[in-house]
Amino acid sequence: MSLGPYAPFIVTSYVLVTAVVLFLILWITFDYRRQMHRLHELEASGIVRRSGRSAADTR
Amino acid sequence: MTALAALIKRDVQIALRVGGGALIGVLFFLTVVVLMPFAIGPDLALLTRLGPAILWLGALLASLLTLDRLFMADHDDGSLDLIAMSRTPLELSCAAKALAHWLAAGVPLIVATPVLGLLLNLDAGSTLAVALTLLVGTPALTFTGIIGAALAVTLHRGGLLLAVLVLPLSIPVLIFGVAASEAAISGPVSFGTPFSILAALSLISFVVGPFAAAASLRQGLD
Amino acid sequence: MTLTTTLTDLANPTRFLSLTARVLPWLTAATAILLAIGLYQSAMAPDDYQQGATVKIMFIHVPNAWLAMFVWGVMSVAALGTLVWRHPLADVAAKAAAPIGAAFTFLALVTGSLWGRPMWGTYWEWDARLTSVLILFLMYLGLMALWRAVEDPSRAARAAAVLTLVGALNLPIIKFSVDWWNTLHQPASVFRMGGPTLDRAFLIPLLVMAVAFSLLFVTLHLAAMRNEILRRRVRSLQMMQASRKAA
Repeated sequence: MSLGPYAPFIVTSYVLVTAVVLFLILWITFDYRRQMHRLHELEASGIVRRSGRSAADTR
Repeated sequence: MTALAALIKRDVQIALRVGGGALIGVLFFLTVVVLMPFAIGPDLALLTRLGPAILWLGALLASLLTLDRLFMADHDDGSLDLIAMSRTPLELSCAAKALAHWLAAGVPLIVATPVLGLLLNLDAGSTLAVALTLLVGTPALTFTGIIGAALAVTLHRGGLLLAVLVLPLSIPVLIFGVAASEAAISGPVSFGTPFSILAALSLISFVVGPFAAAASLRQGLD
Repeated sequence: MTLTTTLTDLANPTRFLSLTARVLPWLTAATAILLAIGLYQSAMAPDDYQQGATVKIMFIHVPNAWLAMFVWGVMSVAALGTLVWRHPLADVAAKAAAPIGAAFTFLALVTGSLWGRPMWGTYWEWDARLTSVLILFLMYLGLMALWRAVEDPSRAARAAAVLTLVGALNLPIIKFSVDWWNTLHQPASVFRMGGPTLDRAFLIPLLVMAVAFSLLFVTLHLAAMRNEILRRRVRSLQMMQASRKAA
């Protein structure tokens, strides 16, 4: 596969898309971990939901 | 009907008396237009060419500047709650308030246009064309602006957020306003086409603006 | 099961969380496989006789541009859900979609600009489509600013819903105005009367990539919605904690 004279533009655009999509994935994953961590912390300090169920239980 | 007339009269009076913002809008318009030659240079031919665009941008910014007062003062003294609770539909009250705002803040801009056209070396015909497009186009700016004003008052945030939300929505008005003015002065397109689209945009905003503003007030006031 | 009962069932955040927990792994796998196939096919696609290898940028540019508009559509449906049906998950869906939509719009702009540089000789051309997408991007950013400006999520949700719907009404008008203002771009070639004019060698990778990116959006959106629900739980538990301390 040869990309011709405009290879830098093609490669840059694919790299940028990969970077932004990876950033989104990582951001969402870390956000999930952070919220779960906070929920566990709050539960450990004795705060429970009105329903009495575990807040971190997502099943 | 009398309730709406009373609302319009009251709003116009508040805007025009001491402490009201309407005339500051005109002063701002004047200042922006006077600033332009300092950025562009005193080249009269260039100023003539850019004239309609400068006047339209000035009017757009000036009408935006006075927008966040539209509901804010009424919210602060509680009269907005009375308006929302009254038997008149909130959509009509919003339309009346927007009309009053346009009368107090929009019409002075149009009246000031001939003077400013002189500064930008526009001849009488061109100035008239710009004033005419402003007359037809500024209501659209006000009526889309009230959506932003209603959002701002329910969120207790004004200023820059309002500008950021409202400005993209006013791009069509700007495009056709400037296009119609330039068509009248030089352009290859006939004046009628962009001018009637500009009028159509105003008519659309008369419908969409009050409904969206009333919806956001209803949802947001508590 | 009809659509309405499904939607009512999903109104329960806990049930929604359990559903996402079950669905997400499958969605992730499907997205990864389709993306791999799409990338392979676009790598194997022949060069265009006019555009050369730069036609490969199209395979990522078009899906991003499609998603930029599609996500605003998703947010508009969610806005109706907030204002009309008061569906509890609608706020969550609208809020989670905004940053993802903004990211896709940004990518559509940047890849379009990188495609334009070899084709037109400049990175930025004030051409009708690029300009409309730029305005769309500004509106995404404004919407995100609105979400961030207000502390109370349900109050922000209602304001954002009004703005989203006004935006949805305005976007066609903006598109039309900008088209009128300047038309330099090549005419639409994928979906147009009389069938696509794009060669099959390009059309198939493009469609695979479009489906793959749409799946990517659904996956990211569901995951972001889950985060948002958890964030609201954290918020309410923190308020309980604060009120307990105060008592």
